[in-house]
Amino acid sequence: MHIEPFIRKSGIIAALPSANIDTDVIMPKTFLKGIDRSGLKKGVFHDFRFDADGSPRPGFVLNKAPWNKAEFLVTGANFGCGSSREHAVWGLRQIGISAIIAPSFAGIFYDNCAKNGLLAITLPADKTAALVETARKGKPVTIDLLARVITAPDFSFDFDIPERRRQMLLSGLDAIGATLEMRRDIEAFQARYLEERPWLAWSER
Amino acid sequence: MIQRTLYDKLVDSHTVRKLDEAGNEVLLYIDRTVLNEYTSPQAFSGLREAGRKVFRPQAALGVVDHVNSTRPAIRKAQSLENRDRQISYFGENCRDFDIELFDLLHPNQGIEHVVMTELGLVLPGMVFAAGDSHTTTYGAFGSLGFGIGTSDIEHYLATQTLAYTRLRTMLITVNGPLSVGNTAKDIIMAVIRRIGADGATGFAIEFAGSTIRQLSMEGRMTICNMAVECGARGAIVAPDDRTFEYLSALPRSPSGSLWDTAVSNWQTLSSDPGAPFDKTVEIDAADIEPMVTWGTSPDQAIPVTQAIPALDSFQGAEERNHAERALAYMGLRPGMHMTSIRIDWAFIGSCTNARLEDLRSASSVLKGRKVADGVRAIVVPGSSEVSRQAEAEGIARIFMDAGFEWRQSGCSMCLAMNDDIVPAGERCASSTNRNFEGRQGFNSRTHLMSPAMVAAAAVCGHICDIRDMEPGSAY
Repeated sequence: MHIEPFIRKSGIIAALPSANIDTDVIMPKTFLKGIDRSGLKKGVFHDFRFDADGSPRPGFVLNKAPWNKAEFLVTGANFGCGSSREHAVWGLRQIGISAIIAPSFAGIFYDNCAKNGLLAITLPADKTAALVETARKGKPVTIDLLARVITAPDFSFDFDIPERRRQMLLSGLDAIGATLEMRRDIEAFQARYLEERPWLAWSER
Repeated sequence: MIQRTLYDKLVDSHTVRKLDEAGNEVLLYIDRTVLNEYTSPQAFSGLREAGRKVFRPQAALGVVDHVNSTRPAIRKAQSLENRDRQISYFGENCRDFDIELFDLLHPNQGIEHVVMTELGLVLPGMVFAAGDSHTTTYGAFGSLGFGIGTSDIEHYLATQTLAYTRLRTMLITVNGPLSVGNTAKDIIMAVIRRIGADGATGFAIEFAGSTIRQLSMEGRMTICNMAVECGARGAIVAPDDRTFEYLSALPRSPSGSLWDTAVSNWQTLSSDPGAPFDKTVEIDAADIEPMVTWGTSPDQAIPVTQAIPALDSFQGAEERNHAERALAYMGLRPGMHMTSIRIDWAFIGSCTNARLEDLRSASSVLKGRKVADGVRAIVVPGSSEVSRQAEAEGIARIFMDAGFEWRQSGCSMCLAMNDDIVPAGERCASSTNRNFEGRQGFNSRTHLMSPAMVAAAAVCGHICDIRDMEPGSAY
């Protein structure tokens, strides 16, 4: 799958500062009925963005200028908790979100982000709070993954990210292709592993 | 020698090679997976587009569970008329990639995690990754199970491995006898309340202590299953004689001399004495009471005897706002007693609490009683096998006599991807795992609790304390 590399981007940042925003909220079940990745724009935060009759809720941040064109999100802790549905990440990419900054991310969501070119940055809560203020003022920020720096009009923060993940995002690497280059290692491991545990193959069809 | 935790041992024994110098990231060999019809289609399409094969097809099982109806007539039509594109594409994929499939009408169909564990496909010492967050269930057998997204399903299918980052480790010890009316569900809900919905984010939990040892395998599965609701991406109980006894009766467990070889290996699966954990939590079982959620996050839970906390009791503006918002969504106020809350629906089902033990426990409350007027009650067995056993034992009859609808198996109203939906504004007592906004339907309101507590609420028409219903009885 082709993934757009993330090197350095600038844009508006929208704040969703609640903790524990789960993937049921990010992508409700009504939008999970497809067999491809497309058509998820409408589903993102659907029940926050739209009333029961389908009209936009004017109070929701992503329905208001300038945040309706947000490139980034800053959120509360444990963003993306709950269901493993990668549809949440696909949808966020489809509405144009390319980075999310939070005090913490749920594990499955965090891994799903990297696979889809969505940069997830973990920062301490005092720093995300400063970004929430920037977001509320509608000011743009720049995220430089090469230098690992977030720059806002009033401040800049360095951030850490696991190096393999950083390289994957910078290059838009095909993770499966990279692993298949280690195929001989995998086959050798598997042969030894299964030989040492003869009861495992027994359970197989 | 370095003292290692059981989690360390499982990761070490499955490490194909390190991916960084420190060994924090490794290429992890995955023993087996289970696939469902809603998170797998894009993974198979990816394989098709790239012309890739499945590395080890016999190490995967496909089970239809998330989107199917649990009503016999609709289910049959779904299957025969190929009406559901996810179900039919799943069938094509399993056929084309040579993966065993339990389709809608297969006698072993059920909720994927219930099916895997009842067949004996989950054995101690193994590592599982699957496209469902509740794959943590498998840790009850002394294995490592964790949820992955669709891209990683594709990665697994193509390579039998995942690029894996080691987690930190947490030891949660629960000691002492569990008092009457409490279940494994109440233990894990108390844990989640104590450490928070992100309390174990970035951690693998090992559960230990006398209370955990006394639990049945079903109870341990409930605990490991729901550990993901506090962020754990792995929840392990070291295997013991109870584990081996349970496995010995399952259809695909090893037998004969292989069984003896396996058991002697499994007996080595425990954390070394003094192995370092990054965090430890101790819980006294005597403090545990039947738990119920009042909010929209699984950590917003209290003992059923208590009232909804005052907003001033929350630490910090963010947590207070979260509680206020949750209460507005739930249509509740601080100070309300949980037992005063009326319900419209009662649901017993899900990979958390729809095994035979759960149905037995709920049916013991329902025997000779009726569901209250105005409550619609549904029970969805965890698997077709659970359903057959419950019918043979007479449990199904008790549910139906009480006024419950006895359905066929699936995930059903736990996440409402099928036609079992709680209508907007209505309230459900639920034996499931998530009380998120909209989880059981747009603007639906969910109260999580044990299956026996759901049965009690169904009878009373409001949330009630199981201990007030049948004094002194044990489930």
